[in-house]
Amino acid sequence: MTLPRIESAPARHDEGPAPKVVPARHLLRWPAALGVLILLAMAANALVTNPAWEWDVVGAYLFAPSVVRSVLLTLELTALGIVLGFALGTVLALMRLSPNPLLSSAAFGYVWLFRSLPLILQLLFWYNLALLYPRLSFGIPFGPGFFDIGTMDLVSPLAAATLGLALHQAAYAAEIVRGGLLSVDPGQREAAAALGIPRARRFFRIILPQAMRSIVPNAGNEIIGLVKGTSVVYIMALPELFYQVQVIYNRNGRVMALLLVAAIWYLILTTVLSIAQHYVERHYGRGRA
Amino acid sequence: MVELRGVHKSFGSLHVLRGVDLDVGRGEVLVVLGPSGSGKSTLLRTINHLEKVDRGTVRVDGELLGYRRSGDRLYELREREILRRRTQIGFVFQNFNLFPHLTVRQNITEAPVHAQRRPRAEADALAVRLLERVGLADKADAYPGTLSGGQRQRVAIARALALEPKVLLFDEPTSALDPELVGEVLSVMKDLAGGGTTMIVVTHEIGFAREVADTVAFMDAGRVLELGPPAQVLDDPAHERTRAFLTKVL
Repeated sequence: MTLPRIESAPARHDEGPAPKVVPARHLLRWPAALGVLILLAMAANALVTNPAWEWDVVGAYLFAPSVVRSVLLTLELTALGIVLGFALGTVLALMRLSPNPLLSSAAFGYVWLFRSLPLILQLLFWYNLALLYPRLSFGIPFGPGFFDIGTMDLVSPLAAATLGLALHQAAYAAEIVRGGLLSVDPGQREAAAALGIPRARRFFRIILPQAMRSIVPNAGNEIIGLVKGTSVVYIMALPELFYQVQVIYNRNGRVMALLLVAAIWYLILTTVLSIAQHYVERHYGRGRA
Repeated sequence: MVELRGVHKSFGSLHVLRGVDLDVGRGEVLVVLGPSGSGKSTLLRTINHLEKVDRGTVRVDGELLGYRRSGDRLYELREREILRRRTQIGFVFQNFNLFPHLTVRQNITEAPVHAQRRPRAEADALAVRLLERVGLADKADAYPGTLSGGQRQRVAIARALALEPKVLLFDEPTSALDPELVGEVLSVMKDLAGGGTTMIVVTHEIGFAREVADTVAFMDAGRVLELGPPAQVLDDPAHERTRAFLTKVL
């Protein structure tokens, strides 16, 4: 059998040296850039020249000890909420993926309940727990108690805030971790099992680091969301950043200046966290293009 | 070395293995052929208990895998004991399943150090020797993502060998490879077979079966239809199904 001869190359239109490539011109780019620059300049001008912003007051309060303390409390609440939330969330994710139907439906129910209730409602609920159960007792379930303690003493405003934030966060964290675990190729689990690697090691050394690639971007969202989300605990009179600036402007009437102080601190915190996220992602992305 | 007796396995209503008996002696190479869906991969996976059998027994070096016998009952073993017995069996997957976040060296030393509790230095030395054996001595610190398919499969073979297993199982080790990369993997496998490693290989490489196998098994619809030396099964098959399959793949 013979094949028809194929023309070796298309006919050439031009002899001589290879032609130079001229990129297309984008004539509207320059006017558009100019327009944006003008708008930015106007915004900057409005911020600087209007004395009502009271930049001197902003400067005076930005590093005031009470404000710095409130920033630290905001960070503390965020850290507690995220660490406890993701710890519980990971347990819930594993329960949800368990073949045991009781474990998996309990986890499902938890996520359903805590995703359905507004955080602010939950916080007030924990804060007022003493109205429902004045004393909490510890001991054998349905059996005798070893000691009991006043709910008001155990659940301080800080504890109520931490509890509320962590339980709320755990519901979201559970779904993020579960999604991450499901994104790992089942072949990885199988290969690790075939090598005889113990179960815990398989989870922490083989599966979780790979799941982290999809967990970290979502967790970053959650952490940054929580930095700002802690502001709702102001209803429990906890002196975190948002509550503190309200206290100050109620005293001195400099509302905009103090809101600006809070805005600047929130920007700083989220910027630092975004940079940290970039490096964490790079760490878990190693070995891949 | 490996002995299967009356192995049955179903997935729901799908009866995948319908009573398989096989024997592989020490140092022998068994090649399993058969159309897709005939139960070849499931058979291989029951040998290291990645799949539990519904009925029948699997023994490796005289030891029941995954079960303890008492009277006429088999009791499934605890996970720790199953893991210990699994380290006597190396498994090479079609899709390599290397750990992408670990270097080649870490891939190889993970099981010796954490499943067999061998000292780290000993495992590292072993990794160097094994990488030399598969021709990848310079890739110890590379990540799998930077290797070609053939190189990845050779690392996967080195990883399986690091357990110093009594038997090596290969599940279509060259099916995911570009054609020009198949040769390098087959040549490593030939070396192993020549060195006296006990191997069970599920593959579509008839040439490899002819050249390397001591025994060829042809599987169809969950049964071993034909079993014998390569010359007999490949050139003078007794069953119509075998003949039809061979004319398709040759």
